[in-house]
Amino acid sequence: MYKRKNPLAAAMLSVVPGLGQIYNGELLKAGAFLVLNMLFAIEMYAVGFAAMTSFITLGTVPYEHNSLFLLIQGVMQLIVMLIFVLIVMLSMRDAFITAKKFNNGEAPNTSFSELFRAAKETGFPYLLTAPAVFMIIVAIIFPLLVTVFFAFVNYDFRNMPPAKLLDWVGFDNYRSIFTFASYRSTFMQVFRWNIIWTLLATTLQISLGMFLAVLCNQKFVKFKRLFGIIFLLPWAVPSFITILTFSNIFNVSFGAINTQLIPLINQLFFLNIGAIPWRTDPFWTKAALIGIQTWLAFPYVYVIVSGILQSISPEINEAATIDGVTVWQRFRRITFPHIMMIASPIFVVQYTGNFNNFAVIYLFNGGGPGSLGNMAGTSDILISWVFKMSTGDAPQHSVVAAILLIISAIVISVAIIVFWRTKALDMEGL
Amino acid sequence: MKGGAKARNIIVQMATYFTLITVSLSILYVIAIIVVSAFRPGNLVAFSLDFNIQWSLQNFKKLFTEELFGRWYVNTLIIAVMAMALQITIVTLGGYAFSRFRFVGRKQSMKFFLIAQMIPVNAAFTAFYVLALLVNGFDQYWFIVIIFVGMYIPMNMYLMKGYFDTVSISLDEAARIDGASRMRTLVQIVLPLVRPMIAIQALLAFMAPFMEYMLPSLILRASSARTLAVGLQVFIYEPRMQKVALFAAGSLLASLPIVVLFFFLQKNFISGLTSGGAKG
Repeated sequence: MYKRKNPLAAAMLSVVPGLGQIYNGELLKAGAFLVLNMLFAIEMYAVGFAAMTSFITLGTVPYEHNSLFLLIQGVMQLIVMLIFVLIVMLSMRDAFITAKKFNNGEAPNTSFSELFRAAKETGFPYLLTAPAVFMIIVAIIFPLLVTVFFAFVNYDFRNMPPAKLLDWVGFDNYRSIFTFASYRSTFMQVFRWNIIWTLLATTLQISLGMFLAVLCNQKFVKFKRLFGIIFLLPWAVPSFITILTFSNIFNVSFGAINTQLIPLINQLFFLNIGAIPWRTDPFWTKAALIGIQTWLAFPYVYVIVSGILQSISPEINEAATIDGVTVWQRFRRITFPHIMMIASPIFVVQYTGNFNNFAVIYLFNGGGPGSLGNMAGTSDILISWVFKMSTGDAPQHSVVAAILLIISAIVISVAIIVFWRTKALDMEGL
Repeated sequence: MKGGAKARNIIVQMATYFTLITVSLSILYVIAIIVVSAFRPGNLVAFSLDFNIQWSLQNFKKLFTEELFGRWYVNTLIIAVMAMALQITIVTLGGYAFSRFRFVGRKQSMKFFLIAQMIPVNAAFTAFYVLALLVNGFDQYWFIVIIFVGMYIPMNMYLMKGYFDTVSISLDEAARIDGASRMRTLVQIVLPLVRPMIAIQALLAFMAPFMEYMLPSLILRASSARTLAVGLQVFIYEPRMQKVALFAAGSLLASLPIVVLFFFLQKNFISGLTSGGAKG
C-alpha cells in the first residue's frame, strides 16, 4: 500500500516552497512552487540584495545616491519579500493539508488536468480580489510603509536629498516632538483642540441629524419630501464649495453674517448684537467651525436615521401610544436603541473621520487665526498642522511622518476598542 | 384634560415646524447666496443675499474665456468617469468573492478593511509626492485615479460585501446547478440584485474628484491639469486676487452634475446604506 506521510515534516520542508509538495508526491504542484521560488531568487540576486543593502545605508555619496529613492526602493523590495513570505506560508499550509489528506486515503493531485481544476476552484476568489489587492498595495500599504520609515530618518528642509544623505535616527523624531519645549507645547495644544473638535462637532452633527429625522418623521408633518430635499442639499453640494463660501460669509468686516444676518436679527428681535470677530478670534473661529461642520454633516445622519425610522414597524409605535407612553419615553426606549443598533458603526466612522477632517479646518481659515508656533494656527487640528508643515517653506517630513503615525495609532486603537466592544470584529457568519 | 392635550399638541406641532423651517432657511440662505452671486456682474469682494441685482451671464462667459475653467471641468469629468469605471469593477468583483467564497486569508482581510478605513492614508502627502516623483505621476489622470480609488477600497469593499450578503446564496447555487459558469452567475443573476449598492459605488467614485482637495492640490500642479476643486479654490483663497463672483459661478456649474446625480440616486442610497452598510 502506501507509507504514511508526516504532515509536520511536509510543512517544514515547504519552508522552501515546493519541497513539501515533492515529499507529498505532487510533482506538478511542486514544479509550480519551485518556479515561483526561482523567480524570487533571481529577483533577490538581480535587485533585491542591492536594494536591501542601500535601504540599510541609505547611500554613502551625496548627489550620486539619492537616499529618498533608495528608501522607496527598499520599501518596494520589502513588499516583494512580504509577498514571498505569504507564498511560503501558503505552500506550508498546502503541504500540511495534502499530507493529512494522503493519510486519510485521498490520492494527491498528480495529473495536469486535475491540478488545473483544483487551481481554478481555489484560485477563483483570489483572481476576483487580485485587482483590489494590487490597488490596496499601491494606494495604502506602500504610502503607509513609506511614512513609517520616514518617521525614523532625518528628512527635513535642512537635509534634502539628493544634496544630502538621509540617516536612520531611531526615535529622535518622537523624542523631539515630546521633549523640545516648543514642539511639545504646540503638539499638546493642537491635540487638545483636536479632541474637543472631534467630540463636539461629531456629537452635534449626529444629534441634529437624528433630531431632525425624528421630528420630520412625525405623522402630522406636511411637506416631508420638500424638507427632505432641502436637508439633503448640504451633503449634495461639494463641501469645498460651501466651506469656501462660509469662509467668505464669516469675514469680519465684509462677510454676510456680520453685515446682513446680524443686523436682520437685531431688527427682528430688538437686539443689539455687534459684529462678531469670527475669523480673527480663536474662540469664534472654533465656534464657527463646529457650526459649519454640523451644517455640513447632519444630512448624512438624517438620511440614515430616516431610513431606519421607516423600518420600525408602525404597530410598535401605535401600541406605545395607546399604552400612554410619552413621546420622550418612546424615543428613549424604542426609537433610540433601534437606531443605535443599526447605525453605531456608521457613527464611529463619523467620529474617526472628524478627527482627521482636513477640509473644514484648512479651507475655512487656514487653521488660523494667530500662531501656536511651528506653523500651527489656533484652530489647526493635527492633520491640517501636519499638512502645513510638509507643504510649507520649511518642510519637516520626518516629524510629520512621526505625528501621522501617532494619529493613526490613536484612531486605530479607538476604533478597535469600539468594534471589539460592539463585537463587530467577531464577524458573525464569516 | 382633553383640551390640555390638544393645546400641547398644537405647541408640539408649532415647535416642530419652527425647527424644520429654521434649519431649512439656514441651508437655503447659503445656497441662495451662491446662486445669486453667480449672476452678479462685476467683481465682488463679498457674498451677500440680494435679489435686487442686474442679472447677467457675464461671470459664466469669463470662466470659459479668461480662465481655464473649461479645462478643469473636462479634467474632473475624465478623472471621475475613470474612477467610477475602475471602482465599480474592482469592488464588485472583490465584494462578490468576499461574500460568496471561503478562502484562506478572508477573515484577516475583512478585519484589515475595517481597520484600514480609519487610517488617514490621504495624509501621507510626502509618500504620495515621492511616489509621483518615482513613477512620473504628476499631472497624470491615471495616477490620481489609482490613488482615489485605492484609498477607499477597504470601506467600499466592506459596503459591497455587506450588500452581497443580503442576496441569498441559494440563487447562485441554483444558477450553478443549471450549468451557468461562475462569471455568468455573477453578471446575470447576482449583479442585477445589488444594483442599489453599485449605484452608491458609482456615485461615491464620481463625487470624489469633485470634492477632494488635499491630494489633488499636491499632485496636479500645472494649472491646466487642475480639477475643479483645486482650481476654484484659487479664486477665493488668495487674498490679493479674490474673484468671488467667478467662484460662485464656477461652483454653480461644478455642483450641478453632483446634485442632479445625487437626487436621482437618492433612493438607492438610503436602501443601500441602511441595509448593506450597517449590517457589516
